[in-house]
Amino acid sequence: MKTHPYLPTGVEAIEAEMLKELGLKTIEELFTDIPNEVKFKGKLNIPGPYSELEVKRMIAKLLEKNVSSMDIPVFLGAGVWPHYVPAVVDAIVGRLEFATSYTPYQAEVSQGILQAQFEYQSMICELTGMDVANASMYDWATSLGEAALMASRITKKTEVVIPYFIHPERKAVLKLMIEPVGMKAIEVNQSKDTGEINLEDLKNKISKNTAAVYIENPSYLGFLEEKAKEVGEIAHENEALYIVGVDPTSLGLLKAPGDYGADIVVGEGQPLGNSMNYGGPLLGIFACKEEFARQMPGRIIGLTTTKKQNQRAFCMALQTREQYIRREKATSSICTNEALCAVAAAVYLSLLGPKGLKRLGEIIMIKSSYAMKKLKEIAGIKAPLFKAVHFKEFTVNFDETGKTALEVHKKLLKEGVHGGKIIKEEFPELGETMLYCVTEVHLKEDIDKLSNSLKKVLEA
Amino acid sequence: MSFRQAKWSEPLIFERSKPGKIGFTLPEPTEEEKKIAGNVAEAIPKSLLRENLVELPEVSEVEVVRHYIRLSQQNYGVDLGVYPLGSCTMKYTPKITDVIVNNHKLRDLHPYQDEEFAQGILQILYELSNYFAEILGMDKVSLQPSAGAHGEYVGVMIIRAYHALNKELDKRTDIIVPDSAHGTNPANTTMAGFKTVVVPSAEDGTVDLKALKAIAGEHTAGFMLTNPNTLGVFERNVAEIAEIIHNAGGLVYYDGANLNAILGKARPGDMGFDIAHINTHKTFSTPHGGGGPGAGPVGVKKELEKFLPVPTVEYNGEKYYLDYNKPYSIGKVRGFYGNIAVLVRGYAYLLLMGAEGLERVAELSVLNANYVARKVLKAKGYTLPYKPENLRKHEAVVSAKQMMDETGVRALNVSKRLLDLGVHAPTNYFPLIVPEALMIEPTETESKESLDELINAFIKVSEEAYSNPKVVLDAPVNTTVDMVDDVKASHPKTMRLSWRMLKKHGETK
Repeated sequence: MKTHPYLPTGVEAIEAEMLKELGLKTIEELFTDIPNEVKFKGKLNIPGPYSELEVKRMIAKLLEKNVSSMDIPVFLGAGVWPHYVPAVVDAIVGRLEFATSYTPYQAEVSQGILQAQFEYQSMICELTGMDVANASMYDWATSLGEAALMASRITKKTEVVIPYFIHPERKAVLKLMIEPVGMKAIEVNQSKDTGEINLEDLKNKISKNTAAVYIENPSYLGFLEEKAKEVGEIAHENEALYIVGVDPTSLGLLKAPGDYGADIVVGEGQPLGNSMNYGGPLLGIFACKEEFARQMPGRIIGLTTTKKQNQRAFCMALQTREQYIRREKATSSICTNEALCAVAAAVYLSLLGPKGLKRLGEIIMIKSSYAMKKLKEIAGIKAPLFKAVHFKEFTVNFDETGKTALEVHKKLLKEGVHGGKIIKEEFPELGETMLYCVTEVHLKEDIDKLSNSLKKVLEA
Repeated sequence: MSFRQAKWSEPLIFERSKPGKIGFTLPEPTEEEKKIAGNVAEAIPKSLLRENLVELPEVSEVEVVRHYIRLSQQNYGVDLGVYPLGSCTMKYTPKITDVIVNNHKLRDLHPYQDEEFAQGILQILYELSNYFAEILGMDKVSLQPSAGAHGEYVGVMIIRAYHALNKELDKRTDIIVPDSAHGTNPANTTMAGFKTVVVPSAEDGTVDLKALKAIAGEHTAGFMLTNPNTLGVFERNVAEIAEIIHNAGGLVYYDGANLNAILGKARPGDMGFDIAHINTHKTFSTPHGGGGPGAGPVGVKKELEKFLPVPTVEYNGEKYYLDYNKPYSIGKVRGFYGNIAVLVRGYAYLLLMGAEGLERVAELSVLNANYVARKVLKAKGYTLPYKPENLRKHEAVVSAKQMMDETGVRALNVSKRLLDLGVHAPTNYFPLIVPEALMIEPTETESKESLDELINAFIKVSEEAYSNPKVVLDAPVNTTVDMVDDVKASHPKTMRLSWRMLKKHGETK
């Protein structure tokens, strides 16, 4: 191979000089410690090498086959949501001093990312009403799993009560993570009418084995859980912890879960300055009360001082919980987390500030309410199915139109609009239903196009 | 050397806050939208309505920019200089990969979009998983795990599913790991409900076969091994190790943290491993981001394919699709399908390198590591435990034990002084079996000049340790702050983990 731009020692003369230092003649001698029986003798079947120009064109051509939410209006949410990412966010997370650094094991040369992550943790605490947040988990689903494991460590109990209308992926990940250690998830009923948790059923399902009660607010199907405080009280009366899952864009407007009794808050931070990217990377939010800090999973950044000049400084805190020190007794196996996504969230929240975040929540509610009201006018459509206040997402039911959700979806695509997620298989009792999402990125003309296209599709 | 890191004494962004300022404005809804929607705040149940504003900073756009750019200048990345952090494979990231993913056809693509509208990305993921399978010598790869440790977790859960299907889970309780293993191995063992059993290393730093034979048996569910191992030594008995575990009825897991050293030279699948993960942010040059996002794809042999997480990306000859129909799958391991934007960068890197380029990566990373190790050892106080005369692969674990005994300068002090000299420190105190460990991994993307700079820094620290140890013990002095007190950060009385705790308990003194 000729020299390669990323391989600076791969020049014959330099290589020869370095080999000589080692008393070797050929590169192959560097691999004599690999026994012949396990040596790979073929050539890897990988195309290339291509030049930068070629690779750029090849991948752009492939991506061109995708149709994005910039090409047509898309009304999907369900765990990843379309939001505008301010240009400042990209400018900062694109800074290569951040992007090309690693876990800040050497705090003295890593004050930048440490402080940015401390600020992220601090902002998450303000949003959720918790004292401590970690520097990130992989996503909401794995945060929930870790929260259940943590609750079990604290309470020494083995069951977690979850709502019936939960995101099926979140439920699946939770079960995967808790079952190997002998825990189980128990579902509590929710009203088909209003979506609310059935408090009587909760009282029946909660027991001396319950480590935690979990709710989502706003819920997976978009409705708000009005009796959130009562749910927490029932959890605490039974000496269980209270875990609340959140969409952080709602928290400028909605009460912090800490103010209605939550002990642990989890959620998805993707909407805070991170693009959808076909579902990843995401940003798992994880926060809790101070008294539980030592049982937390993941990396936590703390404020401290320097030893000589006693100046303010930042470093990783409570590391004795972490896998590289505590090994099989660690609170979690997480090492690489989603640090840069957390920095994006800190920048995003700094830009919006308290008033901007509140306005974001209001705008989302105005636009989603407008959309629900426009769709409700169409004969046969119910939007939403639940008699409750909704945030960002809502159910749209087509039972009375005589068409299936799939038929409507396919025809809508032909009109150049992408509807919501079909949830018929997840919750069959809800019938021909889809979950729609409306945020600040949907202009009035997008929502009107949706309603006009739906009208056309249903009349045809 | 003239290195001085930026030092801005930058306050917390909360301390820059002035009421009334804002850094970003949102698109306002139209009058008609507002009219039809009605008063939304009034609609929110009182029990859920936030009464006060969230205490976020109020700052203008330019202030946000300056704050975070100043912070970035107080941070050390590969793009600034040598970063020989062992086991982390801190290689240079080609800039074009960032340009490629900055495309709305990726950024603004929703994961639940109709497959017809996502054929491009599905094709990339399909091809990438095939390329990774080829590199690993495995039959099928899932791209879903979010990081290396997550890949290990998925791998151990596959071991669990395998024994459960064979109705042997009750008796197969143990996962064996070497004493030199990454902490993530035992941590994942526990998370998956297994017990960790440690096998010691032999004199040359490889797994002690006799000890392994004594441990392996009907309780063995699996064995987790990285090869080359964390000492940088190639486990030459790997085929026999795999045989011992297989004969005992267990599966063998390859921890891919050190894959960089053997690209195109040896493949985990050919060595007898059943499951293997890749750290995309190490071997395939996607940026580490200050600790993520990474990606940790997992490959398996044919008989374990059915256990891979759902969905897998498939191709039926006409279109690409997501397959959830896998009855034996361990299920969902995270939301959606993986850290896609990271994976696309890895895909670009593969095409930029090609098969031949990947093999050169292995050759040059090994050349560079041995060159640095050999030259550093010439300075007083550094030793190379576990047969120094043997080759190392991509990294070498040097010990500063002799230096500590003779001068009082510890590995930690060496590292802090290296920071002063303008290079990043190696990994300290890992693996646990080497006293005063300095784990050096220069990678293939350093020039000989920068390797020499690194070597000279090590030599200089040694000279200082023996002539004027105070200079080393007082380090660092050229960095943003002097030595950070990490004990204080974790002590109950001085612990400040958020602005909220800082307001509540006051400044730590």
